[in-house]
Amino acid sequence: MMDFSFLYETLLTLLTGVPLTLKLAVSSVALGTVLAVALALARLSGIFMLAWPTRFYVFVFRSTPLLVQIFLIYHGLGQFHAIRTSFLWPILREPYWCALIALSLNTAAYSSEVIRGALLSVPPGQIEAARACGMRTTVLYRRIVFPLALRQALPAYGNEFILMVKATSLASIITLMEVTGLAAKLISQSFRAIEILVVAGAIYLLINFLVTRLLQWADYGLTGHLRLPPVSADALHRGA
Amino acid sequence: MGSGFLLGFGENGWGPLLLHGAVMTMAVALTGFGIGLLIGTTGAWAKLKGGYLSRGLADAYTTILRGIPDLLVIYLFYFGSSAVLTPLGGLFGASGFISLPGFLAGSLAIGLVSGAYQTEVMRGAYRAVSSGEIEAAIASGMSQLTLFRRIVAPLVLRHALPGLGNVWQLVLKESALVSVTGLVEILRTAQIGAGSTGQPFTFFLAAAVLYLVISSISGWLLRRTEWRLTRGTRPV
Repeated sequence: MMDFSFLYETLLTLLTGVPLTLKLAVSSVALGTVLAVALALARLSGIFMLAWPTRFYVFVFRSTPLLVQIFLIYHGLGQFHAIRTSFLWPILREPYWCALIALSLNTAAYSSEVIRGALLSVPPGQIEAARACGMRTTVLYRRIVFPLALRQALPAYGNEFILMVKATSLASIITLMEVTGLAAKLISQSFRAIEILVVAGAIYLLINFLVTRLLQWADYGLTGHLRLPPVSADALHRGA
Repeated sequence: MGSGFLLGFGENGWGPLLLHGAVMTMAVALTGFGIGLLIGTTGAWAKLKGGYLSRGLADAYTTILRGIPDLLVIYLFYFGSSAVLTPLGGLFGASGFISLPGFLAGSLAIGLVSGAYQTEVMRGAYRAVSSGEIEAAIASGMSQLTLFRRIVAPLVLRHALPGLGNVWQLVLKESALVSVTGLVEILRTAQIGAGSTGQPFTFFLAAAVLYLVISSISGWLLRRTEWRLTRGTRPV
């Protein structure tokens, strides 16, 4: 009943889309993180003219569908003559860059909230202690605030990364041939939708499984101070 | 001729069509959310009270559906149903591509995806109900049905509401993906408008604003309901 050679061929075809899927996910999360840190700092700055536009940005990008954002950038911007003739047009007419920009702007809005929460979770005592030691603001952030916030943000950040892996599938709607794009193309050629979609789903599941594992490993590395120190054989012999 | 006229309600205005799209978006999102609520309640029950097999099935369901893109699930219902229906249609003399209507495929897909999230929400909410309350109800002689109706359901609803609200906002945005099936909701209307007027930015911006409005109104309603449901636990 199961046609294994068809499944295998489908798998080989769809795997060629994995690099693009990963490239989109990794670069948009990387770009989004830079923007998200800036947004979170602006929101926490206490300066009205910085905090208010940030709130508005986060509100707009979190309340509208990602697909609408992708269409606005890919199809929408071409409406303006000024943009079509500007130096940005070679970038903005490429579906790859439009997808990357939309994904980055979108994930920045969500992760700025994660980062804001993480920054707020840094105990004030730690900051006070650092100040008392005479640290400058840049040193304070580099040595104390960011490392502590990173540890706090990591689990939520992992979820955001998995969401982005799934979100890259929308890039197929603006013609990018990543895993979902290839799957849609195969379906239109062979009409064997169920088998193809099962294989595509399995690929995404595997990617997300590996991402989860990687994050658990990173989390383990960052929380070493919370675990008991390993008991050495030497200490056991001395019968401590 | 400004774009205000283009999106207005006068002659050649796209206002009525966009509003119709908004109603369709609400309809498909609500239907999907409702299906998801049924699946979520069943899934939570399976995870909490089920045997080895049903727990395993529920775990597999939530892991898989939360790990694959929603678009694949929509394709599965839309194209997958055609893999079954087209040969079936051939038996009755029909020819060509037959599939589930976009509305049905879309709301089933949304239901299946959001059901996975709602399973987790309902499970967490049930576990937040203190066992003392249930014990007290049993001690005062309530039957299982009364216990569920009077004690468990209201308490679970109160604990689940914030989580369900988040899922609703997800579902609302996810419904935009159903436009790939050709269902004329907000985004599809905007695509048609963009295509026939050559003003894509105007139309997609209008679509974004409509989603923003629906999500803001539902957010306000949810906060109000939450306020009402927690009135027993607020300090006076």
